[in-house]
Amino acid sequence: MRGRMISPGKARGEAMVSREPVGFYGGIDPKTGVVIEKGHELEGKSVRDKILVFPQGKGSTVGSYVIYGLKKNGMAPAAIINKETETIVATGVILAGIPCVDGIDIDKIKTGDKLVVDADEATVEIG
Amino acid sequence: MYLTKEQERMLAGEQGEVLERMFRLLARLGDIYGADRMIPVGSVQVAGVSYKSIGDPGLEFLEDMAGKGAKVRVPTTLNPPGMDLVDWKELGFPEDFAEKQLQIMDAFKKMSIMMTATCTPYLVGNLPRFGEHIAWSESSAVSFANSVIGARTNREGGPSALAAALCGVTPNYGLHLDENRKPSVVVKVSAELKDNSDFGALGYHVGKLVKKGIPYFRGIEHADVDQLKALGAAMAASGAVALYHAESLTPEANLMNTEGLETIDVGERELRETYKALNTGKDPDIVILGCPHASLKEIATLACKLEGKRLRGPLWICTSRVTKEAATRMGFTEIIEKAGGKVVADTCTVVSPIERMGYKTTGVNSGKAANYLPGFCKQQVVFKSLDDLLEGRSA
Repeated sequence: MRGRMISPGKARGEAMVSREPVGFYGGIDPKTGVVIEKGHELEGKSVRDKILVFPQGKGSTVGSYVIYGLKKNGMAPAAIINKETETIVATGVILAGIPCVDGIDIDKIKTGDKLVVDADEATVEIG
Repeated sequence: MYLTKEQERMLAGEQGEVLERMFRLLARLGDIYGADRMIPVGSVQVAGVSYKSIGDPGLEFLEDMAGKGAKVRVPTTLNPPGMDLVDWKELGFPEDFAEKQLQIMDAFKKMSIMMTATCTPYLVGNLPRFGEHIAWSESSAVSFANSVIGARTNREGGPSALAAALCGVTPNYGLHLDENRKPSVVVKVSAELKDNSDFGALGYHVGKLVKKGIPYFRGIEHADVDQLKALGAAMAASGAVALYHAESLTPEANLMNTEGLETIDVGERELRETYKALNTGKDPDIVILGCPHASLKEIATLACKLEGKRLRGPLWICTSRVTKEAATRMGFTEIIEKAGGKVVADTCTVVSPIERMGYKTTGVNSGKAANYLPGFCKQQVVFKSLDDLLEGRSA
């Protein structure tokens, strides 16, 4: 699948898919990488080294700093794939240097799929 | 997007890692929003200053940038931190919080950002001209600059504003372009607007309805700068309004065509219902004024009402350090303090950790504060006009 490069880089790993938007500020703990938002479908799971797949971000613009903090603490996802990246996530992945691609049909990706992400070419491969 | 040779070199990392990353951020945002090129900005206002808002991730990010020698290229001013930078101890701000907050201020200073510490930069020397391109964050200041002054800025976040300050440019899209500054809805106001809090209530109501739209107000007969500040701040908080026009009051209003637009009516009933919805508490533990930061006129008005009186319970009026200095010279600070109140500089209600200071119910006259206090500060809110807030609280 080909989309649009948001932040450059390459990654390979296991998909963790959220069908609902992800908010980083108050949503993910930057020290542990664990999703802490009450009632979120990923609550209690760690995003560390996963290819995190979700439609778009939500919530406070401080979320950009949380994405940066995750990377700094070694708890960041290996890459992020969105249906449409809005400015909070775009700002965060660029500051942090996390590969990110959007414009991908994320319905085709399931949690546990092995993904190869080449953000420089804006491609995502399953398998 | 078209980039100049110099900008291409920045993106290739020839001017260092910080500028590469910051320019990449601007270029990417420009691509997302369809900008054709970068445009120089006259000034920047940076938000995301309080330790309460940005936490350790923000502090580490700023220290990393400052440590790598990043410096702003255009005049850049700063939003309120989470405490009074001078009198924090006396006012009861927690020590662990203060330590982190001072580290954040240090990082900003190293980047040559002017530590104005106010959400009203236009009152303390960062005053753009009509039509000037700027890159501001702080939603209430964005609204004021676009609407009341007629300068041009998108609603920047903290990092994108910082990137614009370091690179000296912003992507040309959104409210920088004529075609995106046209009104999307007409708001006909038949309610009588007396107090500044009425403008806050009107703004809160309209922001909820129009969300990201551009309202065009008719029927507001008179409004001073403080009232327009209150109106814009409330709309930017309950909605995401970055620009409004008001007939005979704002500079671009008479350039706009409102033919064929949907009309929303706001009468006494809507205003009353908004007051009702915003009042979630009864007896305030503390009254906090100055959201956005109080002007000298607002402090003078308060001093006039408190002269020779004695307050029951604490009252703060938040303002910039610059404005407090003038208020002190005029004797206003002394009058307010004699009555038992405080002129709190630098910080504001929304970004200070008042929930950690034992307050549960806060009285305000600001639609913006009434919008944020329940969520950000876990406060019950009493939202009233200044006179009603003081009624029964001073003798």
